[in-house]
Amino acid sequence: MSDDLTALTIKDASRLLRLGTISAADLVAAHVERIERVDPHVKAYLRFTPELWEKQADEADRKIRQGDAPPLAGIPLAVKDVLCVRGVETTAGSQILKGFRPPYTGTAVGRLFEAGAVMLGVTNCDEFAMGSSTENSGYFPTRNPWDLERVPGGSSGGSAAAVAAGEAIVALGTDTGGSIRQPAALCGVVGMKPTYGRVSRYGLIAFASSLDQVGPFARSVDDAAITLALMSGYDPLDATSSDRPGMEVLNNSEGGVKGMRLGVPREYYDVKGIEPGVKAAIDAALFILRREGAEIVDISLPHTDYGLAAYYIIAPAECSSNLARFDGVRYGLSEVDAPNITDEYLQTRRKGFGTEVRRRVMLGTYALSSGYYDAYYLKAQKVRTLIKRDFDDAFKKCDAIVSATSPTVAFPIGAKTQDPLSMYLCDVLTLGGNLAGLPGISVPCGTSEGLPVGFQVLGPQWGESVVLRVARAYEAASEMRAEVASVV
Amino acid sequence: MSSGQDNAPTPSVPRGGAAPGEWGGEWEVVIGVEVHVQPKTLTKMFCGCGVAPLNAPPNTHVCEVCLGLPGVLPVPNRAAVEACLKTALALNCEIPRHTKFDRKNYMYPDLPKGYQISQYDLPMSINGFLEVGTRKVRIRRVHLEEDTGKLIHAGDKLHRAWESFVDLNRAGVPLMEIVSEPDLRSADEARDYAMELRTLLRTIGASEADMEKGQLRAEPNISIRRAGADELGVKTELKNINSFRALHRAILYEVDRQRQVVESGGAVVQETRGWSEAEQRTFSQRSKEFAEDYRYFPEPDLPPLELDRAWVEELRAALPEPPSVRRARLLEQLPATHVAIIGADRELADLYETAVARGAPPASTANWIVNEVAPSGKLLSPESLAELMKLMHDGNVTRDQAREAYLEAVETGRTPAEIVAEHGYAQVSDESELRVIAEAVIDANPQAATDYRAGKKQAMQALMADLRKRAPQANPRVASELLLRLLA
Repeated sequence: MSDDLTALTIKDASRLLRLGTISAADLVAAHVERIERVDPHVKAYLRFTPELWEKQADEADRKIRQGDAPPLAGIPLAVKDVLCVRGVETTAGSQILKGFRPPYTGTAVGRLFEAGAVMLGVTNCDEFAMGSSTENSGYFPTRNPWDLERVPGGSSGGSAAAVAAGEAIVALGTDTGGSIRQPAALCGVVGMKPTYGRVSRYGLIAFASSLDQVGPFARSVDDAAITLALMSGYDPLDATSSDRPGMEVLNNSEGGVKGMRLGVPREYYDVKGIEPGVKAAIDAALFILRREGAEIVDISLPHTDYGLAAYYIIAPAECSSNLARFDGVRYGLSEVDAPNITDEYLQTRRKGFGTEVRRRVMLGTYALSSGYYDAYYLKAQKVRTLIKRDFDDAFKKCDAIVSATSPTVAFPIGAKTQDPLSMYLCDVLTLGGNLAGLPGISVPCGTSEGLPVGFQVLGPQWGESVVLRVARAYEAASEMRAEVASVV
Repeated sequence: MSSGQDNAPTPSVPRGGAAPGEWGGEWEVVIGVEVHVQPKTLTKMFCGCGVAPLNAPPNTHVCEVCLGLPGVLPVPNRAAVEACLKTALALNCEIPRHTKFDRKNYMYPDLPKGYQISQYDLPMSINGFLEVGTRKVRIRRVHLEEDTGKLIHAGDKLHRAWESFVDLNRAGVPLMEIVSEPDLRSADEARDYAMELRTLLRTIGASEADMEKGQLRAEPNISIRRAGADELGVKTELKNINSFRALHRAILYEVDRQRQVVESGGAVVQETRGWSEAEQRTFSQRSKEFAEDYRYFPEPDLPPLELDRAWVEELRAALPEPPSVRRARLLEQLPATHVAIIGADRELADLYETAVARGAPPASTANWIVNEVAPSGKLLSPESLAELMKLMHDGNVTRDQAREAYLEAVETGRTPAEIVAEHGYAQVSDESELRVIAEAVIDANPQAATDYRAGKKQAMQALMADLRKRAPQANPRVASELLLRLLA
């Protein structure tokens, strides 16, 4: 019984809750039991929030009984460790924030709380969301529920693994270069990154401010869509949030792909290092979509090759500034025994930050330095403009762009930790969407060598409904549903 | 941003900057001033915190945003933008169509985010001027930024303190930075420029601009060169100046110091120097600017501002008359000493002009404002002031009575006429009543009466004094005429 309850979608769980077949407390209890059994192996969670889940489940049960249950009443939620929740230790996967309990709750999480979600805990991630395997966590690596010797992807690996392992029905992640879509692909779940500005970043511990977006992990496109819609919309606390109504993401997001033109960028289709099994799964997906009435068109994103380089200038540049506040003066780790303030900064940061974070802070500091700014940061911004233009041109020829999410399936733990560049290449198919600020989704599309493959759909700016429409159509026609890994 | 001296407007004569060596001639002083002004706003620049009064306990006007906690975002304060625009317009600046905020990166414990949000290459306004006396001082730019917090050290400076405290009440308070070109030629001119700026800021309601309260901070940069030279000497920048007097003295000191350095064969070193009020001298400070590369880049958390042209034009149209124009008009009616006070304060000038328009006699009203209103800072409505001035002018109340009535009117809000009537202040001009008193005075002072009759005119003063003592309400003109007649 309890494992059945941990493999539900939001839709199914809500029906059982509203029928009174189960209570929110039952649903939480089933998840806690499941977590106790599988999380010691998967290690998706960094910490749990029993005070919250008890209170929120009670509240959900009360509202359900009163007949005014909000849309996510009683739905177990996992939250990536970069999203601030009042009173809950939030560390961005870093030792430098150990013990930090924000005095406020961020907007996206707050809106899901208002919608009735029940928070189970905080999920693991690469430190400050920098990484593609969750191995850069300042605490421990998370494992892929489908093969515990492999990575779950990253940086939101804990959230992806939690949904894949039946440890939460829905989870929140953040996507700066692919950090939602890539782990969703590697763990065989649905993961969606919205248009930049769709979801408020207030309460999201910034990695790269112009690229970061909050988005959901779920077991179905429907679940991802409703969760995203509930988080979206203008927030007076985020000057970059759009005033477009959040619920518009659901408009016209059903109805199939008949007559739609789906663009396959040749630079993505034949990307260097793409595994044959992944390519085969994508071919199969394209076949299904064509059968459903979509027209598959060849397109080109000519500046793709420069995207990775531009990304690894812009994201580190922003991060070097965003992470300056972790100085040991006001919160988190503090090496107060240092003889003076400069040494306190150096010792705190050397001790608190991991290798990858230090590497990116140094890269970014260098790129912004006087004398190098024009050659690096400014040049990268120009490339970013060209990449946006690539997408603008592409969307004149098609309604949505489709590709693999990751060139590879989940790789073994430790396989890429010694070679940062090979790790960076994990995001080669996703980071273009971040540079251009576009919405994208990864949906499960079968397996290669027994491991999940993800199919990516990218839409034009504010085109979430187009993305969802393609993803729903594919999900329905392929009958490819996100499954829960048994783990043990 | 420092006001450079790279394009001096002086006629060209062969080289002759403040180089070491023999120079028996005159030195020319070149000064540019960078002024930081706190605009009049209820809240901080990027969050909803109230602006703390000067004596507020430390860290009582702070929130997660101005504390720079992880995950927070800035939202610009419209009132601060408006104050900056009004200032720029009043300084005859151009308002470019596009403006943006940038991050100025450096680490210091009073800077919670590790960067200051400021404006770098696209400031809110450029290329203005302010007329000071006969000099037209060019304004290079007026931009908006946020203030830092305050450090309090137990011990000496930060690097040597055994304990340091951080007060972040001021962190995030809006500041306008007004940068002049190096167009000023003496300490007098620099002080007059700063004072004129204060008058202008108060007139347009952009700031209270109180130097003692830190709402206006002037940092002059100073160099000297051989008279007639067109190249600029090496400049020093002065900080820690807390009054107009200090500004004047610091410049005089610094000019003299530079002259001595150069005349004794040395060279002025480009540096930041602090003004010590206690020692009345400047001293070299280890300048942050030399060690730091601020790595400016566009603030990704704030979209570029596209200023609504209609709004800008509305603000321009609503600007009050410039203080210099008003002063010129006042000089046609009043002595310069009175204009210096009345013309320097919009409220006083409004009070004067409105009261006179309501029929108050100009000369005595100006006199009253200079001697009674300005020192006490107690303002009465122009209608009431006009009423009181007419009462005094027509001989109905003495000056002492008028002063008492004035203070009471300020306190109670009642009209001077009511108060005068109630207190029976109204002067006694009735001859039959005064005759009795005058006769009593002459009887009581036989010696004075005899002296007067013998030709000692000054004896009249003693008689009048006694009369005023006996009858304070006596109309002095009528009373003295009466005494003269009785003694004739």
